[in-house]
Amino acid sequence: MTPVSLTQVDNQKQAEQKWGNVSIDSVRLTDVRKTFNGHEVIKGVSLEVKKGELVVFVGPSGCGKSTLLRLIAGLETPTSGQIDISGRDVTYAHPSKRGVAMVFQSYALYPHMTVFDNIAFALKIQGLPKDEITHKVNAAAETLQLTHLLKRRPKALSGGQRQRVAIGRAIVREPDVFLFDEPLSNLDAALRGQMRVEIARLHTKLNATSVYVTHDQVEAMTLADKIVVLNAGRIEQVGSPLDLYRKPANLFVAGFIGSPRMNTLKARVRDVSNDAVKLDLPQTILSVPRQGAEVPQGASVTFGVRPENLHLATEDEDAHLNGYVILIERLGGETFAYVALKDQEGDPLIMKLDGEVSLHNHQAVGLKIDLNRAHLFSEDGQAIGVSPDFAHQTDGSVHV
Amino acid sequence: MYSNKWIGSLYVTPFVIGFLLFTAFPFVASFLLSLTDARLQDQLGAANFVGLSNYSEMAADSTFRQSLGVTFAYVFITVPLKLAFALFIAVVLNFKLKGIGLFRTAFYLPSILGGSVAIAVVWRFVFAGDGLLNQALSGIGIGSVNWLGEPTTAMFSIVLLRLWQFGSAMVVFLAGLKAIPEDLYEAADLDGASRLKQFFLITLPLLTPVLFFNFIMQIVQAFQEFNGPYIITAGGPLKSSYLLPLMIYEEAFKYFNLGYSSALSWVLFIIIALFTAVAFWSQKHWVFYAQDRDDKGGH
Repeated sequence: MTPVSLTQVDNQKQAEQKWGNVSIDSVRLTDVRKTFNGHEVIKGVSLEVKKGELVVFVGPSGCGKSTLLRLIAGLETPTSGQIDISGRDVTYAHPSKRGVAMVFQSYALYPHMTVFDNIAFALKIQGLPKDEITHKVNAAAETLQLTHLLKRRPKALSGGQRQRVAIGRAIVREPDVFLFDEPLSNLDAALRGQMRVEIARLHTKLNATSVYVTHDQVEAMTLADKIVVLNAGRIEQVGSPLDLYRKPANLFVAGFIGSPRMNTLKARVRDVSNDAVKLDLPQTILSVPRQGAEVPQGASVTFGVRPENLHLATEDEDAHLNGYVILIERLGGETFAYVALKDQEGDPLIMKLDGEVSLHNHQAVGLKIDLNRAHLFSEDGQAIGVSPDFAHQTDGSVHV
Repeated sequence: MYSNKWIGSLYVTPFVIGFLLFTAFPFVASFLLSLTDARLQDQLGAANFVGLSNYSEMAADSTFRQSLGVTFAYVFITVPLKLAFALFIAVVLNFKLKGIGLFRTAFYLPSILGGSVAIAVVWRFVFAGDGLLNQALSGIGIGSVNWLGEPTTAMFSIVLLRLWQFGSAMVVFLAGLKAIPEDLYEAADLDGASRLKQFFLITLPLLTPVLFFNFIMQIVQAFQEFNGPYIITAGGPLKSSYLLPLMIYEEAFKYFNLGYSSALSWVLFIIIALFTAVAFWSQKHWVFYAQDRDDKGGH
């Protein structure tokens, strides 16, 4: 174990001594609001991040995720509400007095300093003794495989190396909370995947509380212990990655999490029973298994099904829907087929099929829907009931 | 058919003519003149070739030595002061405040008016015995000062005229400040660096290319200052503000020593060239470029 992770463990022990064994939240936001020039961009966000958790803020651009992170960092001050870090109210505390370290999207490395000086900067400002600084910087450099680059300037580094220096600069400060602001968005796809794995490993190693902002739902799904989906300054849903995928609380989350996105069809409720909702769909009548569905007869709803829950009907099967193929994307391991429904307008349905499937453009196809994994949303976009397949799979999802 | 080559040549002709007539020709002519005893009132044909005797004459010319000393003093005082002042104002004007654009314009205004003859004339009135400055001083009960009559205060008045034209250097500094990414300061905030530390550890090092540019420009301009001493102090008193450009002018157009004046011009040129060369040589020790000149940014 490197000295860095040792001190992390020490920090935790100290914290446990300080607050006893009561598990306290590392970061707690209470009804935080932020207004810029009369325009409210954060509209009352309350959230808890537990110690050691990696929480990802995800949402479309302009949803306020970066602003929320900057509020936690202290680079912005909330218009109202309270921010606690490690049990201490830091709403108006200076950024350096919050026990947070941040990794910027642009890395924000000091271009005139060597890698060593960049990582050592905060420690030098703190006035630590020289050999302690050297020791800590070397330890961080070893963790991040930067040792051979310590004498270089940022301009002589690759994108991935710069990113690691930025992380090193955060690590040496041994913060209570790491903040990541879209750290991988400036890297090319291959490097992004590699750095994502490195960040995940580092998080496991340091076991430090982290808040991570991204617009990339794949990053969110793969990295997060808990995902916070934000939209227009509000939290849409908080939960584990699979919870959000299986049980999206509303249409926004359903559309945002998952790639390719969930297919949706307009439908009308024909009948509601204890364990199913019967729907009038454009081509057919379907009975969708549902628990706890509360929806009036005749209500117009949105029926949702993920691409992998659509199958090609075999010849002796009755298809739920009929259409024809308008585009085939072959990715090798899997194939995406875009199917337009017969006599229907609107977006084509996307199917996720086997890589070897034999299909050609304009081919007429029948679709089978895995109704046990279908989704149902009311007219205002809220989820209706739960499908029986997902009803008992709870892994810590919190619905807001 | 017209060839593009000829049209292009046509377009550059005005510049080429101007350059040949007003830069290249005087450049060569002044050097040739500096090797003769040409006098302004005589025909050029009457001038004799005297070799380098105009240059060797300077060594024995106490006026030249006085002027050289005054010029160096003037440059060494005004350049650092003006750079420091311009940088200070630029930093202040870089704050994000309401109506800061108005302040930026206001502070740049003196530089548009610049060190023109008109401003120098105004300066003379301000510093005259019964000028504005003395009236203001007596208004608050301080006795009047003979600003232009004392060697040190006369120098002070022309130094002040130079500092007053800080605007162009300030604008360049301001552009340099704006080019420093905001997130470096945010990172430094999180790292706990105070504003003062941020200035000396981040702003100043990243501003050195701009500082270098301003330094060269100011050195070159300061050595050539003419309006101030000519109009305000006439080089006096006791030649205490007798800058080299003023001496060059007077040698040529007051004493008609065209040859000697040309030689003085060349000495001034060589001094400026030396200072610039030393500055360029020194930049590898203190000027930091974020990108190598052949580096297009990243890998």
